[in-house]
This record gives sequence, C-alpha cells and structure tokens, in this order.
Amino acid sequence: MTAAAQVSGYDQDMRVSRVAIADVAFFADLSGALFWQEQRLLVVSDLHLEKGSSFAARGVLLPPYDTVATLSRLAAVIARHDPSVVIALGDSFHDRDAHERLSEPDREALTAMQVRRDWIWISGNHDPALPSDLGGVVASEVAIGPIVFRHEPTGASGEIAGHLHPKARVPTRGRSIERRCFASDGERAVMPAFGAYTGGLSIRDPAFAKIFRAPGLMAHVLGDNKLHAIAASRCY
Amino acid sequence: MPSSDPLPVTPLETAALLPDRFLRWFASRGWSPREHQLALLAKARDDRSALLIAPTGAGKTLAGFLPTLVELSEQQLSSPSPARGEGAHLASSEIISTGRGVKRSGGLHTLYISPLKALAVDIARNLETPIAEMGLPVKVETRTGDTPVSRRQRQRRYPPDILLTTPEQLALLLSSDDAPFLFGSLKRIVLDELHALVTSKRGDLLSLGLARLWRLAPEMRGIGLSATVAEPESLARFLVPQREAKEVSADIVVAGGAAAPIVEMLDTKERLPWAGHSARHALVEMYDLIKANKTTLIFVNTRSQAEMLFQEFWRMNDDGLAIALHHGSLDVAQRRKVEDAMSSGKLRGVVCTSSLDLGVDWGDVDLVINVGAPKGSSRLMQRIGRANHRIDEASRAVLVPANRFEVLECAVAIDAIADNAQDTPPLRTGALDVLAQHVLGCACGEPFLSDELYAEVLTAATYSGLTRTDFDDVVDFVATGGYALKTYERFARIRQDKSGRWRVANPRVRQSYRLNVGTIVEDTMLKVKLVRSRGGGSGLTGALGRGGRMLGEIEEAFIEGLVIGDTFVFGGEVVRYEALAEDNVYVSRANDRDAKVPSYMGGKFPLSTYLAERVRKLLDDQRQWKALPEQVRDWLSLQKDFSRVPAVRELLVETFPRGSKHYLVCYPFEGRLAHQTLGMLLTRRMERMRVRPLGFVANEYALAVWGLGDMSFMIRHGKLDLNALFDPDMLGDDLEAWLAESALMKRTFRTCAVISGLIARRFTGEEKSRRQVLFSTDLIYDVLRKHQADHVLLRAARADAATGLLDLKRLGDMLSRIQGRITHRELDHVSPLAVPVMLEIGRESVYGEAADELLAEAADELVKEATG
Repeated sequence: MTAAAQVSGYDQDMRVSRVAIADVAFFADLSGALFWQEQRLLVVSDLHLEKGSSFAARGVLLPPYDTVATLSRLAAVIARHDPSVVIALGDSFHDRDAHERLSEPDREALTAMQVRRDWIWISGNHDPALPSDLGGVVASEVAIGPIVFRHEPTGASGEIAGHLHPKARVPTRGRSIERRCFASDGERAVMPAFGAYTGGLSIRDPAFAKIFRAPGLMAHVLGDNKLHAIAASRCY
Repeated sequence: MPSSDPLPVTPLETAALLPDRFLRWFASRGWSPREHQLALLAKARDDRSALLIAPTGAGKTLAGFLPTLVELSEQQLSSPSPARGEGAHLASSEIISTGRGVKRSGGLHTLYISPLKALAVDIARNLETPIAEMGLPVKVETRTGDTPVSRRQRQRRYPPDILLTTPEQLALLLSSDDAPFLFGSLKRIVLDELHALVTSKRGDLLSLGLARLWRLAPEMRGIGLSATVAEPESLARFLVPQREAKEVSADIVVAGGAAAPIVEMLDTKERLPWAGHSARHALVEMYDLIKANKTTLIFVNTRSQAEMLFQEFWRMNDDGLAIALHHGSLDVAQRRKVEDAMSSGKLRGVVCTSSLDLGVDWGDVDLVINVGAPKGSSRLMQRIGRANHRIDEASRAVLVPANRFEVLECAVAIDAIADNAQDTPPLRTGALDVLAQHVLGCACGEPFLSDELYAEVLTAATYSGLTRTDFDDVVDFVATGGYALKTYERFARIRQDKSGRWRVANPRVRQSYRLNVGTIVEDTMLKVKLVRSRGGGSGLTGALGRGGRMLGEIEEAFIEGLVIGDTFVFGGEVVRYEALAEDNVYVSRANDRDAKVPSYMGGKFPLSTYLAERVRKLLDDQRQWKALPEQVRDWLSLQKDFSRVPAVRELLVETFPRGSKHYLVCYPFEGRLAHQTLGMLLTRRMERMRVRPLGFVANEYALAVWGLGDMSFMIRHGKLDLNALFDPDMLGDDLEAWLAESALMKRTFRTCAVISGLIARRFTGEEKSRRQVLFSTDLIYDVLRKHQADHVLLRAARADAATGLLDLKRLGDMLSRIQGRITHRELDHVSPLAVPVMLEIGRESVYGEAADELLAEAADELVKEATG
C-alpha cells in the first residue's frame, strides 16, 4: 500500500484528525494518542498505571481496574495503527513503586504490545526512575527532526509534551460538555492524559497561557465518535 | 375536623400525670395542659414509645419534653442521691463517672435530635424558661458542629441530663469508645420534625443510630414529633426496634384542635401566562398583599425564582416595605441577619425557598404566599403552617400559579387541603451507602461481630428487610472495597481479629471517618465574588484581581450553563459573569435592568403522584371546570374542540408539524424527572425506528419530542407503533445502554461514593472541592461499570436513581398504567394544551442531543467566524 493511499484511508476515518505541529503532519487519535505516520510512531502520555492501587495504599479504595482498562485501550490503538515505535510520554506509572504492583496478566499484556516494536519510556515527575525490566528503553527526552518529545512542556517550538492533562469545557446550548483534548497552536502541542483515572486541567488555566503565548490555541476535543477542533478561547 | 374542646381528661387524672409544680407553672402562664401533652405523659408512664402527629403551633416541643422534665423532677424527689442536690442547675462535676461499667445515678437521660442545628439551639433556649421557672435541677446542652472541642469532651465525660443534637453528631458520638458509657443511662430520645428527617438518607443514618442505641440503652423509649403524614403507622415503626419481619409500631397520638387553614388561589385580573415560572403577571397583586398584611412569607420553588421576585418587589417598593430574601445559597451570616430581623418583627415580607420550610418558630407571620406549583399537598400544608403559629387560629395562604397548568395544580391542592389528604412518601428502604458509613463508624467504636451487627441493623425500621448478602457485601466493601479482584487485602480499612471481631486497621481510618460523617452531599458549589468589570470578557483569569466581596454560593451546574458575559440575578443584584477560577465565580455589577436568568433550574421536588392524579381527574371531569378561572376554562374548551382532553387513565399523544420539524407531545403528568428519563429513552427508540429525533423538552406535565421524520405519517401507515414505542420494556436494555453514559447517573454515583466513604469529602479538616480532588468519580464510574457491574456501590446508585433523579419507579408505574390506553390525535398544528411545553423549548436544556453534535456545532461556529 502506498503512503498516499494510507493517508486517504485515514482521512475517511472518523477516529483520527489531522493536526500539524511545526509543519509535521500528525494524526490525533480519538483515544488520546498521537500518530506520526511518516515515522510510524505512536505517542501516548500520562498513562498513570496503578493509580488505583496507589490511592488504595493511602486508604482510598478506588476500583483496581484502571490498569487493565488503560492497557486494553492502549492495545487497541496500537493494533489499529501498528506503529514501529511507541513513546510513552512520562508519568506512565502513578508513583515510584507502581511498576512493582503491576499484576502478572497486566505485565504480560504490556510485554505483548512491545513485541516487534521499539518502546521508549520518557521519564516524568511521577516516575523519574524507571527500572530496566519493563522492556523498552528509558529516556528523558527524544528528538526526531524538528520534533522533540518530553514530559513537561517548556513552550519550545516543535515540542510535544504531556504533564498538564488538558481538558476543554465547551459551552453549548443549555449545557456544557467537558472532555479531554489535545492543546496545540500549530507550533507545539500538549497531549491529553491517556490513563483511565486521569482527570484534567482546563485549557484556560494560566499554565497553558505560559506555553502557548501566541494566539490561535486550539483544543482538539475528544468527542464520543470523533474529534472536534474548537478555539480554546471558546472553552472554559 | 379536629375539635379544640378542652380536655376530656379529669382534673384527677391530670394531677396524676403532672406533678404539682408543673400544674402551678401551667397555671401561672395562664395555660392548661393540652390533651396530647397529657397523652404523651401517659404513654411515658406506661413505658411506651409514641409518635405525636401535630400541626405547627400545637405546643409539640413542650409535649415532647414534658415526660423527661417530669421524670427528672421526680427522680430528684424520690432519690435524693448525692449527685442531685437541690438547686436549679446541678454542677456537672457532681456526676461522677469512673469509667465503663460503673453504675451511676444520673447521666444522660434524654437525647433530642433535630434536622437543623439552629432548631436545636432554639429549643435549648425555649427549655430554659420552664426549667428555671419551676426550679428543676435539669442541665440542658446542645452539641452541634459549632460546639467547641473542650465542651464536646466535657459532654462525653460529664453528660448533661438533656442533650440536643443532630443525626450526624449522634453518629459521631456512637462511633466513640465511650458510647456505652455515655448512652447506657439513656431513657428517652425525642425526634423532632421526624416527617422531614425520614425522607432522606439522613433518616437512614438516624435509623441505624437508633438501632445502636436500643442495644446500648435497652430502657430507652422514643417520642417522635411529626407533621401530618400519609402513613402514620409506617412512620411509627421508625421509633421502635423491629423484630423478625413483624412490623412493630410505636403508639400514635394525634393532636386535635388545629383550625383548618384558609387557602385561596389568587384571583388575578391579569392575563395568565401559558408557560414560565416567574409569576411576573401577579407582581402588583402580590405586592398589595404584602402591604395589606403584617408579615408575609413568600415561598417559591427555586433560588432563581426567589432572586427574580425579590428584585421585582424592590423595584416597585415605593412604600419602602422591609422585604428580605432568604435561600440556601446565600452566605450564612446574611441568612442569620434575615432570620433575626424576622423574629424581632422588623420585616414585612421574606421571599424564600424551601430553606424556610422547617425551622425556628416565628409567631407573627400572618400570611403565606406560595408562588408557582405546590408540588405536593403535604408540602404545601407544612408551608402554610408557617403562618400563624397559634394553633387555634387559622393560617391564611394565597396560592399564585405562574401558568395555566399550575392553576390546575393549585386548584386540586386546595381541594386536597380541604380533604386533609396527605401525600408524603412511604418509609424509605435503607440505602447501602449509608449502611457502609455506619459499619465503618461501628468499627471505629467497639469491635463488632458480623452476626451481631447484622441482627442489630435489622431492628432499624428502614433496614428491617436487609438481606444477609447485602450486609456482607457492605462489610466487604468497607474492608477492602468489595472488588471481585481481591488485590487490596493489605490495604484493608477494617480487619477481623482472632475472635472474628472487626476493628479499624489504623487510627487514620478513624480520623477519616470522623471528618466525613454525614449524608448530605451538596452539589458542587462555587463561591460568587463581586469584582469590578473588565469589559471585554475574554474569560482569562490572569488579569482579574483576586479577592472581591463574597456574595454567596451557587451550583456549579448553573454556571456551566452560562457563557462569560451572561447576566443573572444573585443576592438581589443583576450581575455579569466575568470568569471562573478554581472554586470562584467572579461577577461584576451589571447595569442591565433585566438579567438573562438563563434556564429555570427545576425545583428539587417533582409534582407528587397524588396531586398529578387529582389534576388528571379534574381535566377529565368537565363539571369541575366551572370552579376554574375563566381563562383556564376557555383554554381547556379550546383543547377539547381542537384535539382532546386526556381521560384519567389514558395517555394522550399528539403529533403535528411545525416549521421544518415534526413534533410528538404526550401528557403523562408524572413530573419533570420521570419525563426527562422518558424523553431520553423515547429518543433512543425513535432513533432505531428511523424517526430521526433531534431533541426533547420536558416539564411537570408533558413531554415534547421533535425530529425530522413525519411521525403523523408514520403512525398513519403503521410504520410507527405507539404501543411499541411506549412499551415498558424500554426500562430494560435501552435503560441499561443509557445509564452507561448518563450524567445524572454519574452524579448519583458520586453521591454514593462520598457517603459510603469510597472517596473523602474532607482530608484532615479542610474541604477539598471536586476540582482539587485528583481523580474524577465519572472516570471511576465508567471503569467500575465495565469491570464489575454488580458492585455494591453501583447497586446503591441504581436504587437511588430509581426514586431520585431518574424517577424510574414512577416512570415504570406510568408505563404499566397506560398500556393499551394510548389515544393518538393527528393535528395540523400545535394544540392549546401543548403550548406550555412547546414554549419551554429553547429555555430548557435539550437533553436528547448527542455530545458530538453539540461539539460539532461549536466547531462550526468557528468556521463561520473565520469565513465571515
């Protein structure tokens, strides 16, 4: 299959939507992943695996199903795009010991996803020191061409980051709808959190104004069946 | 009608029940004991628990306390123990306690529970008079959230004779180690405003607390004080321990002597609106009523109505009448100010919501105006009872319907009052989330055995039908979360020791319980702060100064419906929505005369089933129409000629085209909540039947659905079967599918998660808002529903939804009732009866539309802006 044919295939796919970052064409996926087709590279951010058990250790007995929920969504989006490289953009684990609490089946599911592809764990503030037995390699950032992947956004051009968990609240007729979103002004992007229990920070929070100084910030909002590009100024 | 005759009790009997000094005290005040007061004394003498049903102003509180006061005064006479010396107020230090199991004379004698802490404080003040004037050696204290820690500790060690408190404080006391010591001596519990307490989860908590008390203090008897209710027998069960599926009730005492209230509907000279809830048409007439009376309470159903009316009254207030505003969202200090002004007789009128349904007696209210729909007859009677707290004088009330349907509702409510017909809900089935809180509370006190606690819980009236499986699931939930995936054993909050007793795993659990006790989970509230306008209204928070004067609190849901720059009325002022930052809504003073008060936030209470049925009967019986105002009569006659007036048991369905769309309007009369649920389920079905529905809107009486498909044509040609459309089986799969994504269901789940202790409202003393909490209960709901659909918390949420926000039970009853009784009218335009609900379109949120479509619209607007 030629690249062009594949691109047009994506164009008909409601689950992805084209987003250009520093003149590189990406596809934002409805699941909250970002796909760089040319490089066959898939990025997910802020998985926060074992967040449930992390709270449980502190006496808040959240349902222990978040890791399996997050991993099965991840497996689905990987199966759909079949990337050769996967980047987990930091805060993949909710705390320093979280990887030790991974259940055996969850660990196996993770290993199965890593077969025949490169896997890069970017370290984040929740998981600054990842062990080597998780498969893949650990890095603090990765640069490919004009694009740099790191956990905490600095506002640099061509930067794709996570950390902030952007969400958008969109006022519509009579009610407002709140969803996770990609935040991008065309030069840089902040990815939504992928983890099942990860909440969000409003795209109107001053934290985003620091990174996206130019006008034209867009929220690529994850709807039920498709993505919607909405000006951040319209959200709150 | 109850008589106000003097007692049929002979003086001799009175003397036997009431000691001399009490008789002298009554005489010194120019009173004689009322019949029901003596009846309660007789019940106490016979060692019986009793429920007193009495209207406001019947001397209910004194009746509840007389047995206690008499007993305490006799105790002093018969046993001059060293602990109870002569003299008015016994020094508390003389009650000597050396710990558990020590036999003491004295100790806590009576516990009084009220739904409002203000009421507890007020009662304490009122009790002081008889105690001081009769020189009784009785110590009375209150215990609320405001009681200083030092006094709380002292109260536990040296309890007063009478302690006045709330259900939450009782739960806290019961969870302490010294509960057996504190309550062992308890002889009586007085439950005030019991009719109001039992309708909510607070009632469940209280019911479980009672079960605990019956075990700790087997001699304790109960006195319930209640307004008139539909089923006094079931309420009387609440007061006594239930035994092995047999229904046991306390004795019932009914106070007579109340004068029947005088209730009228405002005979307006103005044109009656078709729809809306503002009652603006009657402003001048209401103002004149306030002017003509000494003090008037103006009850409305929602905060926004209260704001609107208050503002309008002030605009026309040329006479400078002192009119105030009172609702639950106002700052507490401001509310207290209004209440104080009210009790000192300084106010001519108070516009208020249900925030004043209960509470402190004010004596001098001579008129109640009820604006809008009465919703239920018992509710209305209780509101009317707020006027004139002297039992032998009639309360006066004027009902002001805001639209034509409300005229019907007011008319049947007046009839219901004349019949003294009550429509309070039946006794609740205890909620599992409240049980979870209680179980944790029990473990914080003395360790418990499952078998024993289960037996104890079954004595609580609202839990007498609890299955052992549910109980065990709840205990499992409290211990490790109750998950099928057993991974949290090492994080257990309660553990079994070798003897099988459950106890808290660590002190942190106990601390967290104490901080989170209670069942009132408020909507997320945002603080409203007044700042200077910045004009532009870009909504960015950076430029906006922090601080600002605090006006009060507002529901997050209300703000969610607004766009920055919108104006609304709050605290009696028109304000402009400037920005939202964390928990703060920043508003500026707007110069607009009229606010865009956006959508009418439906009141908390739906139209009662009872009044709904009376409205259907009124519609069906044309002879009754002549009592209605002429405008309403004409409206109904027009409907009759053009379409049809629905019969009592049938469901009328009308279809007609309008503009480019096709409409279906039906009239179930089951209240807004049930109609909204019906709307959600109908549109799902219509989608499948290719009617291409676009949205719907519901009010208390009717539901309108619109779409692109020609429903009249489809029904005529058998392509749309109304019997199939309204088949009760929609409560099966369609409901399941909808529940998966329903925001209402998620809100219900959040409440259960908080009450059950899954997530904490408060961490170490400070309240965290939902915004600060690090996870969203919506996400937890999604994950739990997918991975363990039968989890005990989901079951609790489902049970709540059935009677709460989704009103599934009522919807189910309606669907069964109308089976085979659907009458269809194909019309060429909208019918007179449909106009009110059609007018709500655009004012009300449209629930039927999918998020994607709404988001796509928002995205489109941008395209339009860009392309000019």
